[in-house]
Amino acid sequence: MIQIKDLHKSYHMGNNSLHVLKGINFDVKEGELVSIMGSSGSGKSTLLNILGMLDEADEGSYTLDTVPIKNLNEKIAANYRNKFLGFIFQSFNLINYKSALDNVALPLYYQGVARKERVERAMHYLDKVGLAPWSHHLPSELSGGQKQRVAIARALASDPKVLLADEPTGALDTKTSYEVMDLIQGINDEGKTILVVTHEHDIAQMTKRIVNLKDGVIIDDSFVEQVRASQYV
Amino acid sequence: MFDIERWQEIFETLSKNKLRTFLTGLSVASGIFILVILLGFSSGIQNGVTSQFEKDATNSISVWTGVTTKEYKGLNPGRRIQLKNQDFNDIVTKYDDNLEYKSAFYTIWGGLVNYKNESGNYRIQGVMPDNQFIENADIHQGRFINHSDVVGNKKVAVIGNKLSVDLFKGDNPIGKDISLYGINFKVVGVFFDPGGERDESKVMMPITTAQKAFNGGNDIRSMMYTVKMSDNFDEAVKLSEQVSLGIENDIKTTHIIAPDDISAIRVNNTLEEARKIYSLVDTIKAVFWFVGIGTIIAGVVGVGNIMLIIVKERTKEIGIRKALGAEPMSIVGMILQESVFVTMFSGLFGLVAGLALLEFVGPLIESDFIKYPQVDFNTALSTVFVLVFAGAIAGFIPAYRAARIKPIDALRDE
Ligand SMILES: Nc1ncnc2c1ncn2[C@@H]1O[C@H](COP(=O)(O)OP(=O)(O)OP(=O)(O)O)[C@@H](O)[C@H]1O
Ligand SMILES: [Mg+2]
Repeated sequence: MIQIKDLHKSYHMGNNSLHVLKGINFDVKEGELVSIMGSSGSGKSTLLNILGMLDEADEGSYTLDTVPIKNLNEKIAANYRNKFLGFIFQSFNLINYKSALDNVALPLYYQGVARKERVERAMHYLDKVGLAPWSHHLPSELSGGQKQRVAIARALASDPKVLLADEPTGALDTKTSYEVMDLIQGINDEGKTILVVTHEHDIAQMTKRIVNLKDGVIIDDSFVEQVRASQYV
Repeated sequence: MFDIERWQEIFETLSKNKLRTFLTGLSVASGIFILVILLGFSSGIQNGVTSQFEKDATNSISVWTGVTTKEYKGLNPGRRIQLKNQDFNDIVTKYDDNLEYKSAFYTIWGGLVNYKNESGNYRIQGVMPDNQFIENADIHQGRFINHSDVVGNKKVAVIGNKLSVDLFKGDNPIGKDISLYGINFKVVGVFFDPGGERDESKVMMPITTAQKAFNGGNDIRSMMYTVKMSDNFDEAVKLSEQVSLGIENDIKTTHIIAPDDISAIRVNNTLEEARKIYSLVDTIKAVFWFVGIGTIIAGVVGVGNIMLIIVKERTKEIGIRKALGAEPMSIVGMILQESVFVTMFSGLFGLVAGLALLEFVGPLIESDFIKYPQVDFNTALSTVFVLVFAGAIAGFIPAYRAARIKPIDALRDE
């Protein structure tokens, strides 16, 4: 599903340049649930942003579902993001004046789906994350865990090939984190490919494979015995 | 632009951000509102002034005399200057090329007029046929004084509509006799005057008749001329000034009046007056337009400014939309359409409010110098479209900024 080869990325600030990613190679197959770990500043978010086409690598190749990702202009990147990717952020990033339902329906609007179908599909995914009764509430009326579930429903709504989650449990307490991980595991069980950036070992243990980053290179990449979150909820 | 889904999305955004929408709209609506009021009043002033001048011909020169105040060539001050038929005829002969209508007047200020049992005090004026055009008198019934009336000093009279109403009470006055100090005059015409009731409460008769009937001899009280108009207003003003000055000097010479004696003879030139007032009206109009356009510019800058703030405030939202797949053009369209819709809607609202205010308050204004303040709807509508266009320009910079927002920058956690 994802192939990256020899990926390099530097940030330039004035005369200084910071080499963040120093040759990353890794593949993800369809249906994998991968966690990316590493200390702060090791380049996890940078890597995820490149995978999410929110940023571009300086060197190296990136192929997503056999489509080579290169020479992106903003328009193409927007279309690819819309078709291929779903994002889950640490701070949820819901639009605060839109209801839960409208937030979930937004990616479908940019896919050109008609209003009626948008609402139906959005409702389906809200139901899937257990928030159907909250569909008309604004984000400010929801708890952190509920907000993250709305964000997950939104990421799923466009039926992407890959879900990218940057510290999805970073702003949640342990119990709520496990509920969210339970949801993510469920989605993965249905065959969706998911990448999760995290700091927490217990969260990483709930994925099927842990990739460890340090100073811009992968120092460890191993499969693990998945811990089911459901046993904690 | 005509994508219905896009409009739905915009209405939703606007209606869920009511305060913001309201504030943006308010600046535009009040801008247009003020402009409409200003334009209305500038046209009101113009209407008022124009109707003031409609009372009489605007290109007239009137001459009347008084008492000398200066000693001159051995003659004492305090001498009353009396105009004679000869003065009138001399001026007509001398300035014939430049004059269009001319009339001498012999006036009795308050004369008792009787018809059957009805009577009243009215101004009685001996005039010449041309006076019909000098005073803009509008013949309603019958005819005006004509040349043969004057030559034959006939006892005929033309009465103002006020007399017709007061004395005849609906009877047809034509052919009836009215009596002035016991002398009968046959009514041959009734006139309206744009000057209103005051100018309609008088009796006009041939000047020769008036001089005979009221022991006037060759005396005349005043005279009036109109200057031939040329297409060029400034030239006409110049000519009429020259003629007035010439007339003044001629009369001063024949009646031996000191050149600097301003009370013995007055020559009043309405064209010069008109020019001053019209140029004042033009200045007022220009000032109103200036203020109005300034207001619109302020409105546009205001909208642009608010849209910039909106874009700044919505940076994160725009980042989210882009991450979810919004193309840059769709973001530009969203911001522009919002700005155009808000300016258009509130512009029309301000327009209607302004027009309504003029409609209801306009007729209540009781001033001779402001009449029917109103705005030609096309002017107003084109102003709104200019505003919408300007709104689009105002929205463009913010929209461009919005399109350049990078989702990773917008979404980075603080
Ligand atoms: N836009 C940018 N401009 C300059 N430097 C940047 C930029 N984004 C990230 N960096 C730097 O690149 C390095 C890697 O950042 P990144 O966000 O990928 O780390 P991370 O592994 O996600 O850390 P954390 O666990 O704290 O989220 C950091 O040193 C950071 O300061
Ligand atoms: Mg990070």
